[in-house]
Formats: sequence, C-alpha cells, structure tokens
Amino acid sequence: MPDLKTKLALELNGESVEVAFAPHKTLLEVLREDLGLTGTKHGCELGECGTCTVLVDGIPVLSCLVLGLACAGRRVQTVEGMAAGGRLHPLQEAFAELGAAQCGYCTPAFLLAAEALLATNSTPTRDDIKQALSGNLCRCTGYIKIYEAVELAAARMRGEDARPTEESLYGRR
Amino acid sequence: MNVLLPDTLPQALELLSQNGDAVPMAGGTDLMVHWHVRPEAHQHTFVDLSRLEALKPLSWTADMLVLGGLTTYWDVIRDERTREEFPLLVDAARQVGAIQIQARGTWAGNIVNASPAADGVPVLMAYDAIVVLESRRGREQVPLDRFYSGYKQMRRRPDELIVAIHVPRRRYSYQVFEKVGSRRAQAIAKVGLAVTRSDAGWRVVAASVAPTIRRCPTVERLLETGAAVASPSDLLPAIAQDVAPIDDIRSTAHYRTRVMARLLYHDLRDFWGK
Amino acid sequence: MLRREALAKLTGRERYVDDLPLDDFLWGMTVRSPAPRGRIASVRFGKDIDWSRFVVVDHRDIPGPNVVALIEQDQPVLAAESVRHVHEPVLLLAHRSRAAVRSAARAVEVVVAEEPAALDFRAVPAPAQIQYGKDNVLKHLKIEKGDVERALARAPVVVAGTYETGAQEHVYLETQGMIAYLEGGVLVVKGSMQCPYYVLKALQHALGRDETRVRVIQTPTGGGFGGKEEFPSHIALHAALLALKSGRPVKLIYDRGEDMAATTKRHPALVRHRTGLARDGRLLAQDIEVVIDGGAYVTLSPVVLSRAIIHAAGPYACDNVRITGRAMFTNAVPFGAFRGFGAPQSQFAGERHMDVIARTLGVDPVELRRVNLLKDGQTTATGQVIRDGTDRVAVMERALELARYREKGHEHAGFNATHPTMRRGMGLATFYHGAGFTGGGEAALKSRLRVAGRADGGVEVLSANIEMGQGTLTVFTELAANRLGLEPDDVIIAEADTTRVPNSGPTVASRTTMIVGGLVERACDDLRRRVGLDDASRGQAVKDAIRRWHREHPGEPPIGEAAYERPPGIEWDDKTYRGDAYGAFAWAAYVTEVEVDLRTCGARVIDFVAVQEVGKVLNPTLARGQVQGGVVQGIGWALMEECKWQQGAMANNQLTNYLIPTSDDVPPVRVAFVENPYPHGAGGAKGLGELPIDGPAPAVVNAVARATGTDPRAIPVTPERLMELMENAVRG
Repeated sequence: MPDLKTKLALELNGESVEVAFAPHKTLLEVLREDLGLTGTKHGCELGECGTCTVLVDGIPVLSCLVLGLACAGRRVQTVEGMAAGGRLHPLQEAFAELGAAQCGYCTPAFLLAAEALLATNSTPTRDDIKQALSGNLCRCTGYIKIYEAVELAAARMRGEDARPTEESLYGRR
Repeated sequence: MNVLLPDTLPQALELLSQNGDAVPMAGGTDLMVHWHVRPEAHQHTFVDLSRLEALKPLSWTADMLVLGGLTTYWDVIRDERTREEFPLLVDAARQVGAIQIQARGTWAGNIVNASPAADGVPVLMAYDAIVVLESRRGREQVPLDRFYSGYKQMRRRPDELIVAIHVPRRRYSYQVFEKVGSRRAQAIAKVGLAVTRSDAGWRVVAASVAPTIRRCPTVERLLETGAAVASPSDLLPAIAQDVAPIDDIRSTAHYRTRVMARLLYHDLRDFWGK
Repeated sequence: MLRREALAKLTGRERYVDDLPLDDFLWGMTVRSPAPRGRIASVRFGKDIDWSRFVVVDHRDIPGPNVVALIEQDQPVLAAESVRHVHEPVLLLAHRSRAAVRSAARAVEVVVAEEPAALDFRAVPAPAQIQYGKDNVLKHLKIEKGDVERALARAPVVVAGTYETGAQEHVYLETQGMIAYLEGGVLVVKGSMQCPYYVLKALQHALGRDETRVRVIQTPTGGGFGGKEEFPSHIALHAALLALKSGRPVKLIYDRGEDMAATTKRHPALVRHRTGLARDGRLLAQDIEVVIDGGAYVTLSPVVLSRAIIHAAGPYACDNVRITGRAMFTNAVPFGAFRGFGAPQSQFAGERHMDVIARTLGVDPVELRRVNLLKDGQTTATGQVIRDGTDRVAVMERALELARYREKGHEHAGFNATHPTMRRGMGLATFYHGAGFTGGGEAALKSRLRVAGRADGGVEVLSANIEMGQGTLTVFTELAANRLGLEPDDVIIAEADTTRVPNSGPTVASRTTMIVGGLVERACDDLRRRVGLDDASRGQAVKDAIRRWHREHPGEPPIGEAAYERPPGIEWDDKTYRGDAYGAFAWAAYVTEVEVDLRTCGARVIDFVAVQEVGKVLNPTLARGQVQGGVVQGIGWALMEECKWQQGAMANNQLTNYLIPTSDDVPPVRVAFVENPYPHGAGGAKGLGELPIDGPAPAVVNAVARATGTDPRAIPVTPERLMELMENAVRG
C-alpha cells in the first residue's frame, strides 16, 4: 500500500529545494513531514481554521487544501522564512511587543496572512485588516492585539517611527 | 494516487476521455476538504489543471465578460472593470470563505461542486451566465439556469471541462447580492439572494433554499407585473412556489423562508406595487 | 516585559506535541461507541484488513484498575462490558501509517445492545433511564442564608424567571494529543495539558506504576481554556497502553472532528430564579435553583456545580438566600472544565434576571444594581464578609462612562424610531469571580514549589503550572526577578516535567498568578535565606551568594521551597457551605452596544467596554489580552456557538458548523482596570483568567433585549431563535 514517492522542485523560503514524498500528500504534510518545517501548524485539515496558511507565489493559501504536487516550481513561503538574516520581520517584532501571540498556535498563519496584506496595501485600515485576517481563527486574543500589531508593523514598514500606543499596552486607565 | 498534470487543454481533454472516472481538479478548495480522513480518495485519478495557463485569465469581448475555466474569485476581485460592470461578482467573491479560499477557488469549480449554498453561482445566474463545456467531442454551451437538474446533478459529462463562463454585458438598472450566514466571514450561506434587472427583465436567484441554486420565476413575475406588495409576508406565497427550504444543521426552513421574504421586500421596496 | 516565549512562537521554532521529532513511531487511533447506552455485544474486525499488522488494545490490556482516576473512580479507560455514551472509547489501534490506522478504525464495528438512554437533563428520568443513584442526580448542593420562604412571603414583589445556557466547545487551536514511549523502564508521556500531575496520577493508578516508573512532560500548549484540565489523562492512558503493548513510541493526536465530538464541553445549565424585592428594587430574598448536565461520568461536575451555585446570587447583598444545585447524570458525552467553571452559566441567569426584574419593576437596570451591589462589610450568599475596599459601584460607573452608556441610550431612541431595518441597544452586567480552588480546596491541594539557585547565580523556578497562552512563564519570571532584584534573563522557568518539578497544583481556576505566584515569591525568599542572606538582599548580592553556595557545595544547588498556606482569617465549612468561599473575588462591570438587523434577526456587538478590579495588574499587556480573549469567547457563547445534539453527542463537530467569532465579528473591546492590591496575592494580584467569560453573555443578551423589545432567556441567541422571539412578541 505505500505509495511510490514522487519528487519535485520548488522555491522554499528563498532557496531551491527538491523533495520526495508520497503523491497524495498535501503541501501541509510535505512541509511538516518531508521538509521538517513544523512552524506551519494544523488546526482542522478541512480548510476551516486558517492555521496552516502559507504563501504560494505571495498569496495566502491553506496548505491543507493544496496537493504538494501542485506546487512544482512555485514560490512557497513559511514562517521559518520570515526573519531574514537573523533580523525579525517588522510583523514579528510588533506581535512580540503588543502581545499578539498568546498560545502561539495560530500565530505563524496570522503573520503570513498579514505579510501578504502588507505586500499589496501599505496603509491598511482596521477594516482591511479584519477582512484580510478573517480566514484565520484565534481563540486566545480576541484578535484586537493582532490588528494593533499589524497596524504598528505597517507604520514601521512605511518608515514611520511608530510606537505602541499606551492603550494597546496598558488598556484604559 | 494518480495525479495527471496536463500542460495544455487538448491534453487535459484527452486524459479525461481516456480515464472515465478521473476527477478534474482546479483550486482544490472543495475536493481537498476532509482529505486526510478520506484515504479512499487518495486512490482516485485526478487531473490537475494548474498548468493550463490559457484557462486562467478573464477577458472582455464587445458583448461579454469571459471567465476562464480557472479564473479565481481573487482574479475577479482585482479586476476594476468587473467591479464597475458586474459588481455582484465582486460582492459575492469577497464573501467566499476568506482570502485563502478566494485566492484558489474558481468560478467553474463553484459551478461543478453544485452546492445549494454556493456563493458564486447565484450572481452568475442572475447575470444570465452561460457555461461553456468542452470535450474531445466538441464544445457546448448551457445557460447556467438550466445547468442543474437536481441535488448535485448537472449537465456535465465526465469527459467535459468547463473551459469558460460567458457573462453577457447588459445595462443593469438594479442589482443586489445578499448572503446571510451566522457570522460575518468564513460562513456558509443560510440564505443567499441575487437580484438583477436589465432589458432582459428581472432575475431573482436564491441559494440555500432548494436542492440547487435556482431562479425564482414566480417572484420574478410579481416584479414584472408590478403587483402590490405591502409587507414581507405578502411575498410568502410566491416564495413557496419557487423554493423548498429544509431544516438542517445550519438553519431552519421557517427562518430561511422568512429571511428571503424580508430581504426581497426591503431590498426591492421601491419596486413593489409601483 | 515581553512574553517569555514570544520569539519561539513568532519564528515557528516552538514545538508543540505534534511537532516533536519522534523516530520509528506508530500512530494511535481510538475506536468508539456508536450508541449512547448499552451492553457491548461484540466487537467485529473487518475481513479486508490484516489485523496482525496492527497493535490492538482493549480493556484486558490495562495492568491496573480500569479507571481514569479523578474525583470519582467511575470512568473507565476503555469500556469493558457496557457503554454510557456515544464516542466512549472501546478499543485502541496503532500502526506505522496514519492513513492505515484511520481506515482500520473504520473497519471495526462495536455492536451495542442498546438500552434506554437519558438524554435530557431537564426532564425527570423514566425508571428505565435511571443509571445513577435513585434519580440520576450526580451531586446535590445547597447554600442557605436567612429565611427565604418567610422573606418571599412578605416581599411586596416577587419576580420569577427561568434561564438556560448551552454547551460550549473550547476550540483551542491546537487539538489534543499525546506521545508515549519507554525510556529504559520508565514510561514517558508528553503532550498538550494543563495539569501534569493529574495525568501522572491517572497513569500511575491504571497502569499500576509508581512515580519512579512514569514521567509526564507538558509540551507547549496551544490553548486550553479548561479543555486540557482533566481530558488529557484519557489520551495519555490510551497512548501509554499502545506504547506498552507495542514497545514502540506512539503518537495519538486528535483531529478536529474527533476533538470536538469526543472531548468535554462547558456544562449546559438551567437556572430558575424567584426573587423577592422591595418596591425600590432592593433584594429581599433570592431563591435559586441551578441544574447542570453532567453527562455520562462524574468528571469534575460536582466542583463545577459548586462554583456555579456560589456565584449564582451575583455580587449583591441579600439577607435571605437559598441556592440549590443538582448535577444530572445523562448519557451525553461527559461535560468538563471550561473557563469560568459553572460561574458563567449561573451569572448569565443572574444578570439576565436583574434586567428582567428592572423591567418588571419599571426601574433603571443601573439603579437596580447600584442599590444592591455589595458594600464592604456586607456578606455573600455563603456568609463571606466582603471587606476588600473595592468600590463596586465606581467600577460600574467607570464602565458606563467609558461606554457612554447614557448618551448612547438617548441616541438609540432616535435611531430605533427612524431606521427601517436596524435596532440598537445597550446592555450591562455586573459580576464577580472567586479565584483559586473553592473553600478548603487550596488547603487540600497542598501545593509546593521550588526555586533553585543556578551555578551562574541565576535562578530556576520549578513548578507544575504550565503556559498555554495566558502568560505563566512571563509572570513567574517577573515575580521571581522582582523578588530577588534580578534581571528577567537571570530567571529560567523549568519545563513542567514531573520528575523535576514539585506538584504546585493544576493550571486552572484563575489560581496560577494569585496563588502559585505567591509560592514563587516565598520560595525566592526561602532561597535567599538558604544562601545566608536576609530578606532585603537583592540583585548582585543574591547572585554572588548563589555562586558562592555552588562553589562550597558542588553538585548541590541551593533550593528555596514554599508550600501553600491559607491566608489568615479564612474559614470554610464544606458541610454547611458556609464561610469564605474564596480568598478573593475579582469584580467587573461590562457594557456592550448591540445592533440587530430586523431582516435577518442577526445581532452584532458593535462596542464593548470591560472594566474590572483584579487587584494589582502585574503585566498589563498580558492582562488586557486575557480580558479581550475572554470577552470574544463570551460573545461567541452568547450569539453563535451552539452544539447540535444527536444521541448525546455533538453533530456539528466541524468549524464550519460550530461557529466561533472571526476577526470580522469582533467589536472594539476597550479594557480598563481599577487597581486595588490584594495583600495575599502575588504582587497584589487577584485571579483574572476566568472573570472575562462571566460577563459578556448577559451584557450582550441584555442589549439584544433592549434593542428588540424581546426577552431572551436562553443562549445562544442565534438569528433563528431571535426571529422566533420577535414573532412571538408581535403575536403576544
């Protein structure tokens, strides 16, 4: 019953890789099991929770709903590729400062969905952010810190010297 | 598992004609659901269409918008001209799942998945879209409102692919799309409604209230004749002629009928009985 | 200070249980009962499968007693002769291939000779449905204060009401899972859990191993909310049995469908109120009956019931109170711990009832609360004298002011009179939550904790309390660093490994910061004394002394210890349910603005203000996150989260059919803290984790009632239910 392995080449976090895997595997399984990148999580494997989001050619997709085979020659980006040259991505920094990661399980997916948003919209409104992240479920934060972190990162990526607001750190006094 | 990866449309059609039970796969957002708990599906033959570049773009002719067989919701959301001429396509596309699904899901896939709760089909039907099917035997065109014959039953033979969807360009004097889910995003429609008015007349299309997405001829006639309607409940008899909602895990028949009546009444307030 | 493990979580380096590397392991899978009650007639293995290639475990493979040790020893590890609920585990399978084990699990047929099941906890069971005692009551509890009957008879007004709350699924984003393997003769179990020592106890009991031959390690936990309090013991036992039988490592990870269907949920509840009032709204008598659905085994239901009844009377003064509680046995999948632990259910009823009273008497809901909120020196239902100096009316006023409650009320009157399809309304709830185990519970736990000095002069905190997103690692780091005058980097929090950390109790009941944090502080003090310093020594002096100790005692690190001590003046009588139920209560007032679409009857929360007094706020960023997360979870419970039942099991066990709020469903949630340090809590803190789930549901539903003129008594208030209420209101 073991399927014969198939082989394909893709660009993963900026590097060319070749990987062999059983052909029925989803991109999620290939990343986690065959490439050892466990930063991409799974929350339902039915395309309902957004936790397995990765970027394929810059666009957020649910890696549980994509066959690994369909990614031949594509540019795949996971959370492991976000910090470049030892420097955190501004989104990672803002998430840390504002406490936007709590249990952390949904976090990699939120970071990638937010990165895709900021790549096409450097000045997103709160509503733009809500909509862009609406495919990602979070049960810890109530989402608000996540919006604030995306706003903070966006401002910094525009070159502004932005700091977290008092309220976002301390609440109302 | 067998995944066939044709590079061209003729190759794809050839593969479909040779493999009677092969399943074409576009974005995979429906086919891959429950994938890990369906090991039996891993034994199927799939024809992965992702290399058929020619089917991806949407295009415009003098008298229609042509969605390719692989055009995604995202392609439509980003197309300025669609937003101007067929705003309901954009409205509906934005309400499909969330961006991760919009980016991969295709209009053709939405049609052949044949869910009674589909988001893309109602607006296409309200714009009188035509489904273009192709196989090695040739091409045929089927109006979308005659494409379905029952729950998950449709006029597509196993060797046929939807290669395009034609949306005739018309001047619309009225158009609205409503999707009622139990939350704002990532919801499956409990009631869907697309209404348009053009020189071709009124189109009223309902989702999640019958085994298929369907037009509502009785309600359309009411609108054409300008019969007096003073409240949502006045619409109930006509609605009862057109749809057959059920109680299921997501909602009730009572709720679906009432909401459909209220949406129709309030959205079309200016047209009833005038 | 930033969250301690933030970087690991933000870079994908954090390894949750399913991320851990594991060589040459088997995938485990559980075969479950298809029926709610009956005798297991046979277990049939499909003919198309070569079963010799699978590891198969049933109840006969359990070395010790077939029971998952908890409050009562009633729940089997694997069903033997009979089953009591759908999805009850009967058989375990393991195989190298996940797909193969899945297919195999479906090829096993558990044949059950069905018997009459009890599926409605509200109904009196028929004789054939009785399975526990004479009446299927798992637990009776009662609180009595004053003379309720007499006060009700004399009260000028009596208002009665019945309220219901539905089950709630935790939806931690990381599903439950465990791995088990043998290391020498030691069984090692690792996984997602809140209470390593609960798991250890359950393993020791059913496997007949002493603690030297079992080791439990908590892995980074992707959310818990109570769902990983008692349930992980089951998965741990299942994985362990497969590992013991096969001699190979076993990984048992639930997928979402199995997790939602087979694990515990919040107890459904029915609450009846009969309230005697003076004309001005003063409470004269509260007669309250709380009934919860326990499901098919006792699990934690008696304790959930206890917390439900203790919170049922609300944060109000009343001289005559009677609260009775019953936890009912049914053949539903057992219910269990969920953030709030009974208090959200009884306070939904209580706070909804306050608005019903206000409407009946024609008084302002704010005024009704103002005249009744506890003042210092007054007593709760159990007779606990409240004397913490918190001005509860001021907490409420602050919330009303931030929400512009009164102005909005006027604006809504105009809006509702003119808008064709939208209605708006404001809602308020004032409530409280007791932190830590109830009554004598903390004393019985006897929590212990250690702080060890490291060779480099830093310290390591050894505790069994775990991080699941709420911030334990960060708060413990801050507490230890502050106590000893060290930098956060000088503090390490040990992995929760039962061979290394003492039993500091479970990570539940809003106790981690307030109570266990206090042990961190006192263990730091003890360490300081142990290395020869006085209590005033800090910083470099501490580091130097620890280093010196290491030089003088090689291989024997200095250890500071602390054990729980009951704060002075706390008395509780578990027989009469009188006394100080909790060391401290946190107090809150939540105000919300809701908009209802008359076309769809969908209600949406458009603004939310959460003001609370939780003692001293130790880490404002974490605290604000806890409140916002709890509020959104509460909004979900109020409006959309609904379990649909079939034979006592969840039928809508997918995230497309059991809906939790998305980022697009969330209003601004403005959080404010009124600070009043609690002298017996770590750093002056009270418990916070559960409080925020108590208030949103009543506040939201009170607002829906105001917006629509209806009187919803049950949650969730789905559009379907609200439509019915509105149609009935028109007819009525």
